[in-house]
Amino acid sequence: MTKLNLSLPGLDLKNPIMPASGCFGFGKEFSEFYDLSELGAIIIKAATGETRYGNPTPRVAETSAGMLNAIGLQNPGVDRIISDELPYLSNYDTPVIANVAGSTVEEYVEVAEKISQSSTIKALELNISCPNVKEGGVQFGTDAALAAEVTRQVKQASEVPVYVKLSPNVTDIVGMAKAVEKAGADGLSMINTLTGMRLDLQRRKPIIANQTGGLSGPAIKPIAIRMIYQVYQEVDLPIIGMGGIETVDDIIEFLFAGASAVAVGSANFKNPFICKELIDQFPEAMERYGFDQVEEMIGGAHR
Amino acid sequence: MMIREEMEIISHERIAEDTYRMVLLGDLPAEIKQPGQFVHILIDQSDSLRRPISIADADPAKGTLTILYKILGKGTAALSKMQSGDHLDVLGPGGNGFLIDSISAERALLVGGGIGVPPLYYLARQLKEKGIEVTTVLGFQHEASVFFEEEFRELGEVFVTTNDGSYGNKGFVTDILPDLDGRFDTYFSCGPAVMLKAVSEKLDGYEGYLSIEERLGCGVGACFACVVQAPEGDAKGYRKICHDGPVFRTGEVIL
Ligand SMILES: Cc1cc2nc3c(=O)[nH]c(=O)nc-3n(C[C@H](O)[C@H](O)[C@H](O)COP(=O)(O)OP(=O)(O)OC[C@H]3O[C@@H](n4cnc5c(N)ncnc54)[C@H](O)[C@@H]3O)c2cc1C
Ligand SMILES: Cc1cc2nc3c(=O)[nH]c(=O)nc-3n(C[C@H](O)[C@H](O)[C@H](O)COP(=O)(O)O)c2cc1C
Ligand code: FES
Repeated sequence: MTKLNLSLPGLDLKNPIMPASGCFGFGKEFSEFYDLSELGAIIIKAATGETRYGNPTPRVAETSAGMLNAIGLQNPGVDRIISDELPYLSNYDTPVIANVAGSTVEEYVEVAEKISQSSTIKALELNISCPNVKEGGVQFGTDAALAAEVTRQVKQASEVPVYVKLSPNVTDIVGMAKAVEKAGADGLSMINTLTGMRLDLQRRKPIIANQTGGLSGPAIKPIAIRMIYQVYQEVDLPIIGMGGIETVDDIIEFLFAGASAVAVGSANFKNPFICKELIDQFPEAMERYGFDQVEEMIGGAHR
Repeated sequence: MMIREEMEIISHERIAEDTYRMVLLGDLPAEIKQPGQFVHILIDQSDSLRRPISIADADPAKGTLTILYKILGKGTAALSKMQSGDHLDVLGPGGNGFLIDSISAERALLVGGGIGVPPLYYLARQLKEKGIEVTTVLGFQHEASVFFEEEFRELGEVFVTTNDGSYGNKGFVTDILPDLDGRFDTYFSCGPAVMLKAVSEKLDGYEGYLSIEERLGCGVGACFACVVQAPEGDAKGYRKICHDGPVFRTGEVIL
């Protein structure tokens, strides 16, 4: 019998596969396609202190082996997420992880404090890595001292474990991971998108109204694998890995690099059934590589 | 309900300059709620995004639906190379179309521009079936890009405009509208954003429904790629084109 389940801080996962933040809304739309209880967990769309309307459109563009997005953290604000979105998710037997964003440390703390009190939320994913907003977001994710500070304060405010979502837009990913580890993070989530741009050749202008957007999809997978591999060697925190996952072999590559669980983002747009299909196919893939427990696969490339 | 299936291409032909008609067969047509909904097509498995294309006609009993599309970029160019017998990865039907069951129109005006014409055809057929009189204004760039004039003529009176005057009336669809005053009570329009804006300004005061385009991500309402702002005072402040639309009542969103 293959054993797919594992425990991470705050999270009892049936399997290590979950949708990534911003690519699954608050779950409702996908519940038309399959039973959300099959998922290892659900990471919901970013929450900020107030309602945000996000960036002008176009907000997405296709690229070679990926896509750019600049949604700009559009969300109804933490209070309405708690009152309007979480009750629906509590109907499912799967842990929900809240993605927490803000422009100031105070805003991060406010959101973390409020949303972590909901019994539906089992962990926070601290989003210090959104490249698509003018202030906040990625500046916290590219400066180790700021990242440590926001982690420390959110940790204090939160009732549940905190996974810090790292930005790949840095030269020293290990330094960032160590800084948030020292500040008390319970886990890491990596990677967020890489800042990119595409031009419309007719108009000679960026396709995305925000000009730059975050690159996701298979194009960024080698970067994610490299970063997780390096961080796993130096840091003692569980990692939720993401970046371009489309197949069960991709998942195994993330686990071998050092991820304990994985999140699937943009691939949900191509195939809304992808998470369920990967979960169904995963046991057979584990056996193919000679494993019967997920736990044994984590960090497999380092032994 | 939206489903994902490999639909079979049962016919595929060029009908105007860079413009094609494709008929697809499968279970999906049985799920169509109204005209104005779209299908979200993964043209090549290596693409990262699907392409939204309106349902131009459907026969749920036979399991067929028709799409009309124009070659614009990489995806639609690849689509034009596919042949009868090939299969296509289709997700749909998506969004909310023209809510014809709750509309009290007696005489409808349809205004389509370019590749915005397709969803109006399925709409026109259903309006006609309900006994509603249909008048259509179709705008194209030039003679070679004109399509479906005959098909619409079978359902009512048709006016065609071309930008350069090479066919029909020279000018824009909005040039025809003053002549039609008093001949309709409700209008339906689909086309480029500038045209929709001009049409809704010209027809201010009439009940109107507009089908809007934007670049989509998920196409199912989850990613916020496709939002359009709602007027001040709206509780939510925005609408998702893929999920709340693509059809909106005039005034529901800011063009
Ligand atoms: C609800 C809806 C219904 C539509 N119905 C039709 C139809 O019936 N017939 C038709 O020919 N076209 C229709 N379109 C436009 C059609 O989706 C685009 O022409 C098509 O996606 C272009 O793809 P491409 O790969 O050829 O172009 P590329 O420029 O190579 O596409 C790159 C990316 O941009 C997106 N994109 C580019 N232009 C548009 C656009 N105008 N609208 C939306 N996305 C765009 C593509 O989907 C793709 O993700 C519709 C759009 C929407 C939103
Ligand atoms: C449209 C879109 C919206 C996203 N929104 C968020 C978000 O709100 N918060 C966040 O932490 N990450 C967000 N992300 C990043 C993803 O969660 C993920 O880290 C990234 O896309 C890499 O995974 P992928 O290649 O599987 O998409 C978003 C990504 C996309 C494509
Ligand atoms: S395209 Fe994703 S919400 Fe509309």
